[in-house]
Amino acid sequence: MQWTINGQVRKAEVDFRTSLLDLLREQFQLSGTKEGCNQGACGACTVLVDGDRINACLALAVQYQGRSITTVEGLATDTHLHPVQAAFIEHDGFQCGYCTPGQLCSAVGMIGELERDQPSAVTADLSANEIEWNRDELRERMSGNLCRCGAYNGITDAIAASLATEVVR
Amino acid sequence: MSALDKRRSGDNQPSGVALAGDYWRPDGRPDPLSEKGRIGIGAPLSRVDGVEKVTGGARFAGEFTFEGMVYAALVYSTIANGRILTIDRQEAESMNGVVRVMTHENAPRLNLPPVFLMSPNGAAGDDHPIMQNDRVHWNGQPVALVLAETQEQADAAAERIHVDYQAEPAMTDFELAKTQARQPDNVLGGPAEITIGDADKAFEMAAHRVDAIYRTPRHNHNAIEPHALTLAWVKEDGSEKESERDGETLRIHDASQCVDLAVASLAEVFGIDAARIHITSPFVGGGFGGKTLWQHQILAAAAAKLVGRPVRLALSRKGVYRVVGGRTCTEQRVALGADADGRLKALIHSGVVAMTRHNNLPEPFFQATKCLYAADHIRLSIDVADMHMLANTFMRAPGESVGTFALESALDELAEQLGMDPLELRARNEPEQDPTNGLAFSSRHLLEAARAGAERFGWAKRPIQPGSQREDEWQIGMGCATATYPYMRMPGAAARITLTGEGATVDIAAHEMGMGTATVQTQIAAARLGLPVERIQFRYGDSKLAGRVLAGGSQQTAAIGGAVIAAHRALVIELLALLGENSPLAGLTPDDVECRDGGLCSSVDASRFETYEQILARAGRRELSVETDAADSAELANWSMHSFGTIFCEVGVSDVTAEIRVRRLLGSFDCGRILNAKTAASQFRGGMIMGLGLALMEETLFDPRSGRVMNPSLADYHVPVQMDVPEIDVMWTDIPDPHTPMGAHGIGEIGITGVGAAVANAVYNACGKRVRELPVTLDKLL
Repeated sequence: MQWTINGQVRKAEVDFRTSLLDLLREQFQLSGTKEGCNQGACGACTVLVDGDRINACLALAVQYQGRSITTVEGLATDTHLHPVQAAFIEHDGFQCGYCTPGQLCSAVGMIGELERDQPSAVTADLSANEIEWNRDELRERMSGNLCRCGAYNGITDAIAASLATEVVR
Repeated sequence: MSALDKRRSGDNQPSGVALAGDYWRPDGRPDPLSEKGRIGIGAPLSRVDGVEKVTGGARFAGEFTFEGMVYAALVYSTIANGRILTIDRQEAESMNGVVRVMTHENAPRLNLPPVFLMSPNGAAGDDHPIMQNDRVHWNGQPVALVLAETQEQADAAAERIHVDYQAEPAMTDFELAKTQARQPDNVLGGPAEITIGDADKAFEMAAHRVDAIYRTPRHNHNAIEPHALTLAWVKEDGSEKESERDGETLRIHDASQCVDLAVASLAEVFGIDAARIHITSPFVGGGFGGKTLWQHQILAAAAAKLVGRPVRLALSRKGVYRVVGGRTCTEQRVALGADADGRLKALIHSGVVAMTRHNNLPEPFFQATKCLYAADHIRLSIDVADMHMLANTFMRAPGESVGTFALESALDELAEQLGMDPLELRARNEPEQDPTNGLAFSSRHLLEAARAGAERFGWAKRPIQPGSQREDEWQIGMGCATATYPYMRMPGAAARITLTGEGATVDIAAHEMGMGTATVQTQIAAARLGLPVERIQFRYGDSKLAGRVLAGGSQQTAAIGGAVIAAHRALVIELLALLGENSPLAGLTPDDVECRDGGLCSSVDASRFETYEQILARAGRRELSVETDAADSAELANWSMHSFGTIFCEVGVSDVTAEIRVRRLLGSFDCGRILNAKTAASQFRGGMIMGLGLALMEETLFDPRSGRVMNPSLADYHVPVQMDVPEIDVMWTDIPDPHTPMGAHGIGEIGITGVGAAVANAVYNACGKRVRELPVTLDKLL
């Protein structure tokens, strides 16, 4: 079996019951992706698959062969943090750091949804061609990622700062 | 003129830092770092571990590996009291990849664990034997442990273990248990009942009275990192084969807020020398009181011994609810009697909490009431109702978080009866000294914090009449409540400072669970030693490092501060001893010098200066290392020491659905000197957000028939998410406490206090419904 993870082809033979989360953590030692509940409730395991965010704990590894998987380890380049990563540090968008990889992948995926003008539950005009982001849009769209330390204000600040500078686009 | 006098005269910005000394004495000198204008102190430095945390490079306990490691899964009891008749492990043991099933029939012999607050080495939640006999003490107790080559195999096999029990009568109904409540021996080492005057009589005679019962449910910490550890019994090099077992060291990667205390407890459990146990915990994915010693660490170590292989044990989220205790439930009576001016004549705060006979933490809900208000007559008491349940434990602001809900709700009720602004009622009862122990406050600026907060929040716009302000379907209301948490500095702290020409390393067995410890202590060490932060390395989370420091009780900052102050003095004494006659500093004593610009300097003559590098080089030393114990916490006997604050909240309550939305939240705090504005703001906000959870949604559902936790998951136990949390404004007085290291108080727990009442009071102001039972859910408003 083989997967494309952070641009690299990785091979392993695993139990068919293995989740994408356990594949990353146990087979490939990509432990940046976290397990918080193993039932899709907390978002700590969020990764990007072809740019879309998913809960890796609810995904069977065998189903994701041939897709492009990006984990937190794949966000930065060798020399530069991803702008959202840098903004999380600047705006203190974390405390213990455990939910952070999921928050970051979720934020990057969510920014893509905004770019594609996908509406959310708080979008006033669902038929609008363009989505104007605001803090409520960010908070609504990030509500699938729990942070028990309570860094929510900092997370929103960090994402808002990233969007405002438009370097992420 | 001495340097200190010059500073006081204001004509000279402090640049060097003199040695701190006797801040704990009544006539002592404050820590020089507490002075205004200290470079680096209070600066919003970004976290020193930020890059590791945003790149996935931070490695947590369940992410380390050992060669030949096996994975563990636990099987939990389904009865609350009784015996195991049989455990059929045959099917599980025949399954693919299963290495062994451990039960009470084959587990290694273990001693009883020493319990927190009941034994000097106690880090454990309770003193039950751990898989040593057939007894079951709570619904969810581990009864078997499966080891397999993969986690999937272990989990699958755990499902196939069949256990037959003989259930015995169990006390699992709090309503029944509280009819047999008893007074505990002590509450946090103090009396379970405090009486000043005759509060019951004074209450009966008071002109204005409020007498109500408030209830708070069980809570679970729910750190996003479930408890996990990876461990191995490691053979020491060169040990003789037949005595290998004796030569083994237990090496644990744990998620811990008490590495040194956990070592001491494990040494007792396994009957080995504490030097043979080594715990590291460089990153902890949230603690909040829950990451101490519970059965899973002991079972993992026992299982590793049984099969002679390293073990990874990562609790499932459900497993955390079964094995790690949470906050217990409380039922509190608050009775306030006041005169027409609102002055308290009687203050009664009493009640009952659920506990077990195997631990000693009666949720100390009266802690805040001890220090907050002047009253002529006071009676405080806590009783416990013994239940068959997992031992309860500390959770963020144990006592104050739920106690302030009751007390501060009652104050709000009294204010309304008196027709008085709730803030004014509180101000009228501001005590001159601690109302229950008579000590002077070391630093209390609650009224300043309240006034400043009220102004920024716009408290003056609060509608007087409940239900009188609305926007469409939303009824709008405001509420406030006082927040408080004690200052503590526990014994046992020590620090090692190692100085080289390049910089300094500070080593201490303390913890970083997200509070910002590593960052703030780097700033402090840099300021104290006169070095840039880049030249400081702060090492922690390792039981082999100096001292015993608990990341709990909001005391870590002070405990580390006290230890570093002591080590700093020892370091300077040693440096001065290294000076030759040719040094410009020759002849100076420790109290004649300051640390600045990477060296020592005379505090009165800036021309007498030498860098650490020069001092070490002349003495032919590459490094200088000292380890010293912190001074005793004498300040706690001299003063009543607490942090304070006022929480302001604005809610909207829908008159269609009764949905409650928190629109605005502000915390104005008086917590001594703030050491890092960025991480401090996060600590305050984080506590307040957990307070929103306590106020509006958090409740561990405990089945009174079976004693089983019914919502052991993040899908069913609701914690605040982004959309529940408004922009939270935080502010602080920044007035240093003259009697603490750095003039600081701990700030990790005060944020959660007062929030429950501030929200409930705002809900009352919005819609006129008084909810006295947490959480304030919409069904209680319909």
